[in-house]
Amino acid sequence: MPNLTIDGQKIEVPAGTTILQAAEKLGIEIPRYCYHPALPVAGNCRICMVEVEKQPKLQIACYTPVAAGMVVKTNSPKVLEARKTVLEFLLVNHPLDCPVCDQAGECKLQDYYMEHGQYDSRLASVKVKKEKKAFSIGPTVMLDQERCILCTRCVRFTDHITQTCEFGVFERGDHSQVDVYPGKELDNKYSGNVVDICPVGALTDKDFRFKCRVWYLDHTRSVCPGCSMGCNIDIDWDKSRPHTQKKERVMRLKPRHNPNVNNYWICDSGRYNYHFIDENRILSPQYLDKLVPWSEAVERIAEILQSTKPERIGVLASAQLTNEDLFVIRKLFKETLKAHVDFKAPERPGDSDDFLIKADKNPNTAGALAILGAQADAQTIVQKARQGELDLLYVFGHDLVKLFGEETVAQIARKVKLFVFQGSNINDTCGYAHLNLPGSVYAEKDGTFTNCQQRVQRIRPAFFPLGDSKGDWEIVSLLAGQLGSPLSYKDSQDVFNDIAKTVAGFAGMSYEKISDQGMVLKK
Amino acid sequence: MEHPELRKYFDVKGPFAFLRLAQMKRAWKQKNRRELTWWENTYIPSVVSGIYLTSAHFFRNFTLHVLHAVGLLKDIPAAVTYQYPEQPRPLSSRTRTRHRLTKREDGSPRCVACMMCETVCPARCIEITAAEHPDPNIEKYPAEFILDLGKCVYCGFCVEVCPEDAIRMDTGKLDTSEYSRESMIYDKKRLMEE
Ligand code: SF4
Ligand code: SF4
Ligand code: SF4
Ligand code: SF4
Ligand code: FES
Repeated sequence: MPNLTIDGQKIEVPAGTTILQAAEKLGIEIPRYCYHPALPVAGNCRICMVEVEKQPKLQIACYTPVAAGMVVKTNSPKVLEARKTVLEFLLVNHPLDCPVCDQAGECKLQDYYMEHGQYDSRLASVKVKKEKKAFSIGPTVMLDQERCILCTRCVRFTDHITQTCEFGVFERGDHSQVDVYPGKELDNKYSGNVVDICPVGALTDKDFRFKCRVWYLDHTRSVCPGCSMGCNIDIDWDKSRPHTQKKERVMRLKPRHNPNVNNYWICDSGRYNYHFIDENRILSPQYLDKLVPWSEAVERIAEILQSTKPERIGVLASAQLTNEDLFVIRKLFKETLKAHVDFKAPERPGDSDDFLIKADKNPNTAGALAILGAQADAQTIVQKARQGELDLLYVFGHDLVKLFGEETVAQIARKVKLFVFQGSNINDTCGYAHLNLPGSVYAEKDGTFTNCQQRVQRIRPAFFPLGDSKGDWEIVSLLAGQLGSPLSYKDSQDVFNDIAKTVAGFAGMSYEKISDQGMVLKK
Repeated sequence: MEHPELRKYFDVKGPFAFLRLAQMKRAWKQKNRRELTWWENTYIPSVVSGIYLTSAHFFRNFTLHVLHAVGLLKDIPAAVTYQYPEQPRPLSSRTRTRHRLTKREDGSPRCVACMMCETVCPARCIEITAAEHPDPNIEKYPAEFILDLGKCVYCGFCVEVCPEDAIRMDTGKLDTSEYSRESMIYDKKRLMEE
């Protein structure tokens, strides 16, 4: 393990580490454009140059391995001068696009210029322009070659991560430009990621383009509910401008680094799967044709529950719910009321690959199994309901019409005394349910999901629930209160602590310990 | 400060100590207000000084206007009344007045919807909806540009910050009198009328 000194601080790192990585361990940030921790090193942007004692020239920190006794300076006048010069070259042909560029505010070119550049232009010549500006290169991404600094991150991403090889650098000298190969489109399941790794505004996301300036965004750490992989994400929502984009709160989703799950990436279907958060929501409890207050809604359910036998209650929970929701459902329906509780629906498996996308499109199947236990699938409950063996059917989020067909659901609605649907968004089943209860979506919930690797991961509320909707476990505990067997949970953390005490797999876990990287269920 | 007991209360700490101190001083002054004397209680001195001030202005302006009328002492100004709104008050050419959006040669707005003005506006009265411009060399334009003059404080920051000289406050109009708050909300069309 070589010993070296960086800016006067000593550090010992494994052989083969680069200067940039060693400096990062010391908390020294060396500027970088082409270097990305998840991609092979290219060493072409030269912004990361540092001074190494006894070497005549500056070295690039991202590609120079450490050696014993090395003395590195990352902030000497020579280094600062070099950075300035590199920036000057990068900006020679760069357009003055910041006012219309979506990257502004999170652009490394802007940031480093403010930190190291700040020179007056010495160039009188006209900028070299590219043939086209801002054009579409695929269903999700736009390219502006003039803004590109030719770091080749996007090229390396499609070459090494997706191995679809759409990008290349064409021409030479100041005519060089990034483009997709002739006749090709950037159209793969992970294409959105190139927008995240592009350090400038050359690649922009069509979905996000011009929707919101990035400095209006607040970021909430969460987990993608799109499949059982549970990729870590940031929910970027408009915090300060309630008057703009009034109909939508969430502006975009971005991957969040978790080396154990998704590394730096997310798939496109996860990335653009956020419109349901603000669209087509159930906003208020509804009994038959009229909107009712919460108190009346729970009264209706309690009436039926108090007058029927446990075997005539059917509850269909869902693997879309958090561990907390499922646990409270277990407490009330399974343990107190001894009802028939199940969560599995006979869904057709979705698409999958060997990278991130999983066929099971539920974020919390593992958690539901751990908390509710393995059971027969929804078929049993639905059959019972259909044959009139149930008085109460309580469905969480499942679209029964899609799963079992219109006729079955219509029959169920006639046979059971009360058909309750609790969910966040309106679907065909709502029309048949006698009582619709508005649940909140994952972006409004505090809780945990357990992914397919049995990893328990935290989701956090970005904003308040829309309309009158409430967290699913809160609704269930409201009902418990009405039934006279109150569950005294203050918040989700309280519920989770109880899970950790009760369910074996969760033993020893807490929100603090789960933190940002998650914790794996015990066998 | 004079009151010894108060001194210990004035020993206030924390970031808002100065506010608390000012508040307490005011309270102390009110509590220890001086009683009016007998002479003051007759109100004669106050009435006299009021009449004096009004008459002084009246006679000064009256004399000066008469003298101006016969062409004397023209360089000493006298108070005037503008017959507003028939006769508007002259404004300095750099006065910040109602906004307008400047235009390109083809009549479309110069604004590129960069949202700098929306960001800087302390009254938060600007609301821009950006959209993709068909010409990729312009790229972005304001599909809607809303400015609520009912909230605007006429600070001029929006003009200062605009990188495109797309918004100016030089229409010379200051009066935004309307029958409702809604009609004080200017949209892109209205802002481009001037
Ligand atoms: S890439 Fe960065 S520097 Fe270039 S126009 Fe966009 S924000 Fe400005
Ligand atoms: S488009 Fe972006 S990521 Fe690709 S080479 Fe250019 S600057 Fe780098
Ligand atoms: S003058 Fe000031 S308050 Fe009025 S719109 Fe401009 S920035 Fe906002
Ligand atoms: S600052 Fe100027 S260009 Fe930018 S949005 Fe405002 S008016 Fe338009
Ligand atoms: S980051 Fe080292 S050369 Fe680009």
